[in-house]
Amino acid sequence: MVAFDEMNPATTGLRRPYAAYNDWLNAQDPARLTEKMRDAERVFRKTGITFAVYGEAEAAERLIPFDIVPRIISGQEWRRLTQGIEQRVQALNAFLDDIYHRQEILRAGRIPKRLIAENEAFTPEMIGVRPPGGVYTHIIGTDIVRTGENEFFVLEDNARTPSGVSYMLENRETMMQLFPELFRQVKVLPVENYPALLRQSLAAVKPANLDGPPTIAVLTPGLYNSAYFEHAFLADQMGVELVEGQDLRVVDGHVAMRTTEGYKQIDVLYRRVDDAFLDPLTFRPDSALGVPGIMDVYRAGNITIANAPGTGISDDKAIYSYMPEIVEFYTGRKAILPNVPTWRCSEPDSLKYVLEHLSELVVKEVHGSGGYGMLVGPTATKKDIETFRKKLEARPSNYIAQPTLALSTCPILTEKGLAPRHVDLRPYVLVSDRVRIVPGGLTRVALKEGSLVVNSSQGGGTKDTWVLDD
Amino acid sequence: MLLGRTANGLYWMNRYIERVENMARLVDAGLRLALTRTASAGDEWGSVLASAGAQWAFNQSGRELNAANVCDFLLRDTANPSSVLSAIETARSNARMVRTALTRETWESINEAWMALKRMLAKPVDERDLPQVLDAIKRETALIRGAFQGTMLRNEIFDFSRIGTYVERADNTARILDVKYYVLLPSVSWVGSSLDNYQWESILRSVSAHRSYRWVYDAEYKPTNIADFLILNRRMPRSLAFCYDNISKSLTYLADTYGARHPCHDTVANTVQRLKKGAIKDVFEAGLHEFLTDFISDNNRLGDEVAAAYRFY
Repeated sequence: MVAFDEMNPATTGLRRPYAAYNDWLNAQDPARLTEKMRDAERVFRKTGITFAVYGEAEAAERLIPFDIVPRIISGQEWRRLTQGIEQRVQALNAFLDDIYHRQEILRAGRIPKRLIAENEAFTPEMIGVRPPGGVYTHIIGTDIVRTGENEFFVLEDNARTPSGVSYMLENRETMMQLFPELFRQVKVLPVENYPALLRQSLAAVKPANLDGPPTIAVLTPGLYNSAYFEHAFLADQMGVELVEGQDLRVVDGHVAMRTTEGYKQIDVLYRRVDDAFLDPLTFRPDSALGVPGIMDVYRAGNITIANAPGTGISDDKAIYSYMPEIVEFYTGRKAILPNVPTWRCSEPDSLKYVLEHLSELVVKEVHGSGGYGMLVGPTATKKDIETFRKKLEARPSNYIAQPTLALSTCPILTEKGLAPRHVDLRPYVLVSDRVRIVPGGLTRVALKEGSLVVNSSQGGGTKDTWVLDD
Repeated sequence: MLLGRTANGLYWMNRYIERVENMARLVDAGLRLALTRTASAGDEWGSVLASAGAQWAFNQSGRELNAANVCDFLLRDTANPSSVLSAIETARSNARMVRTALTRETWESINEAWMALKRMLAKPVDERDLPQVLDAIKRETALIRGAFQGTMLRNEIFDFSRIGTYVERADNTARILDVKYYVLLPSVSWVGSSLDNYQWESILRSVSAHRSYRWVYDAEYKPTNIADFLILNRRMPRSLAFCYDNISKSLTYLADTYGARHPCHDTVANTVQRLKKGAIKDVFEAGLHEFLTDFISDNNRLGDEVAAAYRFY
């Protein structure tokens, strides 16, 4: 399986988007680059850009490795991607509105009823609720993989609480500090205004009955959450408060935060707490991370929660396999960006095929994320495959399977010079009165030679992602 | 607009940063004294522990009272919540919690101090390296203070931070005086006389005041002068009067900003009144120990009153 290299494909040679960078690179002293790589790590440690790894008490704070070779996308490629993404997020929001109201798509028989009815991501508390501005999923991280010059696929729609955007911003910041001259030679579109756009986007969906500018806050589960750095970073950059559940309570029909002068109303809450923990009166009663009664305030239209509760029904991996139908149903047009072909193990024929081809496929849990609980057939041991087979047979509907894609590669700097590694791409999409997409995103890279798993929890790193102004 | 939890985080972040430095200074003073003394070094380390407010915890640890054990307990023991290692961990946790209220420079100085101290104190410190390590600790806290003073806006964030720093410092100075004074003073009748005793220097050294004392008073150490310096001198940055001037300033700013006074404002005003110049004779007449005991308990109460007034919890 030969992967498409985005810089230097074997057949056609250096690709145009990399031409200017390549000129610069050839003029560099390799020893200086290695030194810069070390500088980058120092910058990250100093700034405290770390993430917590669950289940690793000792290395409670780790750095996500950063590679200094940028991943470069031409303006033309980017425009095509954004059209596809925009169509997709509009479909996601239309689907959510439909699913919690008339359920036309089920009536039309385009997706099976049981897929919704039996889905734990379906949130009955949201039935009949119309969020401010009619937007359900405000912040989306669309995971995209590439397999060739013109082959892009959507791998996942992260429509709940996608993370990683702080790395997009810090990676750029670090690159500009390390190689200022490079940014004079190559025209790269800026990403720095993401926090400002996020703030505008959140303000645009403030509660309808609110006059004047809304008070916005970011809700974090707290210090020990793996993405805490990002929560603090975004609150800081937007100039809004970073709150925890213990700071909030319902006062006179509004959500309010405890300040040094008493309780102050919050109108828009960018929450980075999962649905289950959001309101102990509605969801998990043992949650101390949320706000008792916030769902009543929400239903009364007195607060915007971004993303809305219940969006998980749209990015569930079982629903994912129906995205082509969903896009067509709500936008009236074929999906611009295709899905990765997916077998639903809940269907007997598919299950049979998957069980027969385990060593070739990637099998994922329907509700899993972060690379946990998945099987990558081609690199798994016989024992891993047999263990997984038992799990799959016991609960087939809990799994989907996809072909092992030849993910494109991009070079990273190793001790022996440049070497290709597999990458994916997560652009960040903001939806409110309109769709805003910052030109760039998070490129995750599998640092181990040959590995296809790019998740940071599984040894992946990141790269700065450039969209060229051409 | 400031979250109550953030005000609380700022207050404790600064208390613990101050504590890191005080611990290093106490160990330094103890070390100095142990070098110059011939007998009963154990007593000396006992009083260092008492000054650090760590005697009870040390006894609980079951360790033998000697220089190496006390130094290790005050610098590295994570079972001791006030050790340098524990205190910098707590300070940094609080700093992470209030990250959005800090300038980048302030946050990075704390984060870097945390990284440096963790590295430095990962293993027991060899006696020969101790002076260097203590210097390094003081340098880290000096860098934090520099970044903070140089970059932070003088708003409510600054005020809650400053209150934390000075409540901790006042507590520390009062405790050092209370513990050491009577250990060193042979009899109350000696209070007014000159003592040629290097041990007096250890009190001054533990608040970094052994040089500045000489700028203000005679070269000789007089118990009344030392008490005056550490309690009432408004220009001495670790005196009780200096601490309370600063606390009072910040609480006044808060009252103006928010347009509301609270019981903590009365408490601080009372204490400031008692620390007015010229009262050192009264202090001695009423009893220094009684004065300091009252001061420490009022200082604690002030902390609680600030927490209640500004909804820390």
